[in-house]
Amino acid sequence: MISVKNITKSFDGNTVLKDLSIMFDRGKTNLIIGRSGSGKTVLLKSILGLYEIDKGEIWFDDRNLVEMNDKELKKLRREIGMVFQGGALFDSVSVEGNVRFPLDMFTNMTGAEKQKRVAFCLDHVNIEKKAFKLFPSEISGGMQKRVAIARAIALNPKYLFCDEPNSGLDPETATVIDQLIQRLTKEFQMTTVINTHDMNSVIEIGESVLFISKGKKEWTGTKDNILKSENKILEDFIFANKLYAQMKKR
Amino acid sequence: MLKRVFARPERLRMYIKQLFYEIDNLGVNSVWIVLIISIFIGGIMTIQFANAMENPLYPSGLVGLGTRDTLILEFSSTMLALIMAGKIGSNITSEIGTMRVTEQIDSLEIMGINSAGYLILPKIVAVVFIFPFLYIISVFFGLLGGMVTGPITGAITIPEYIDGIQWLFKPYYVTFSLIKSLVFGFIVASVPAYFGYYVQGGALEVGKASTKAVVNTNILILLFDLILTRLLLI
Repeated sequence: MISVKNITKSFDGNTVLKDLSIMFDRGKTNLIIGRSGSGKTVLLKSILGLYEIDKGEIWFDDRNLVEMNDKELKKLRREIGMVFQGGALFDSVSVEGNVRFPLDMFTNMTGAEKQKRVAFCLDHVNIEKKAFKLFPSEISGGMQKRVAIARAIALNPKYLFCDEPNSGLDPETATVIDQLIQRLTKEFQMTTVINTHDMNSVIEIGESVLFISKGKKEWTGTKDNILKSENKILEDFIFANKLYAQMKKR
Repeated sequence: MLKRVFARPERLRMYIKQLFYEIDNLGVNSVWIVLIISIFIGGIMTIQFANAMENPLYPSGLVGLGTRDTLILEFSSTMLALIMAGKIGSNITSEIGTMRVTEQIDSLEIMGINSAGYLILPKIVAVVFIFPFLYIISVFFGLLGGMVTGPITGAITIPEYIDGIQWLFKPYYVTFSLIKSLVFGFIVASVPAYFGYYVQGGALEVGKASTKAVVNTNILILLFDLILTRLLLI
């Protein structure tokens, strides 16, 4: 479980996150949604400790990230898997090399054990064996995202963060990625936090949804009650897409 | 940044693996260009010295001596470092810069890896290690270039040239230039790495950072050339 308590973050006097509190549950896909520039990425990077917050607390179960020293922060980060918007795979390393990298860095596994784990992770994201030796530039965007997910789960993380995991993908592949993340969240009982502005993802996997606007918590709920929300700002965000407006009418 | 670069590695084995990769990528891959440039410059210098020393009152050995000392003191250390700043320096900035803008560096940080140490330290060690070898290769092939070009162009005979390159030889000049090449190696790796690591934006900014890195590296090389020459040679 991750608990964010009253965090505030500003850049050069411009407050991006304002006294925001939220709890992300274990074994659930927790979505952060909002318009571009609403503070989603800043919130995600603050939770990850990439940005130093001005005020507040960020608890990973019973550990407060804000009070951690460098050593403790590094230890925590080994329990975190992250899927970046563009995949962020290492260009000079093959698909299997990318997944093996955290194992090489942080485990004392033998070569055979590592190979087994790599195959297990890649198999879980439906990457065929013939693609193992390919380089990131040789595979499609959807495959890159899946390899990024495989790399993120290689060390069996307790927490999984995804920054717009299906941006730039076609709707079908985006759904595959969403379902994959949800399946892995359940299977490995991770606390998963997904940053998105894709309403399809919300309807597909939004077990817990946080809507932020101008750096403030505007609404929380689930995929089941988001379309019935009476929050005006949330309505404007959702029903910018006419399809969802029709769904509400029905 | 340097404090993070020289911090204790998470896993030494991975850093050593990366070091060998960088020695090959940045060093061994530069040998051909060093070799070609040195042969041509050695040859051109021999012709020019021969041309300037046409007066029969000048001993013929001055052609070899001039070529040798120019190569040992300035070309194979400083000029080569300036050339390598363009080749190796821009490579380092664009590689690290691209990793920054595509979030690969963030990805390393999230994994709990000291990205500055993992990406930059092996490059610095590799370049500092390889530069003295490139210097020696450059001097050798520069002299060889002069020896081949001299007789072909009729500028000087081989025995005269060989006599010249042995005449009034000061071994300290080599030591001095090896020290310079170590310092230049550090500059050529660290300055572009800094510009690449702190780049913000996209492909355009990576290109700009690469240009800035090469310009700044060149200025620093010339500045340190002046300082080291003053401190160690005079």
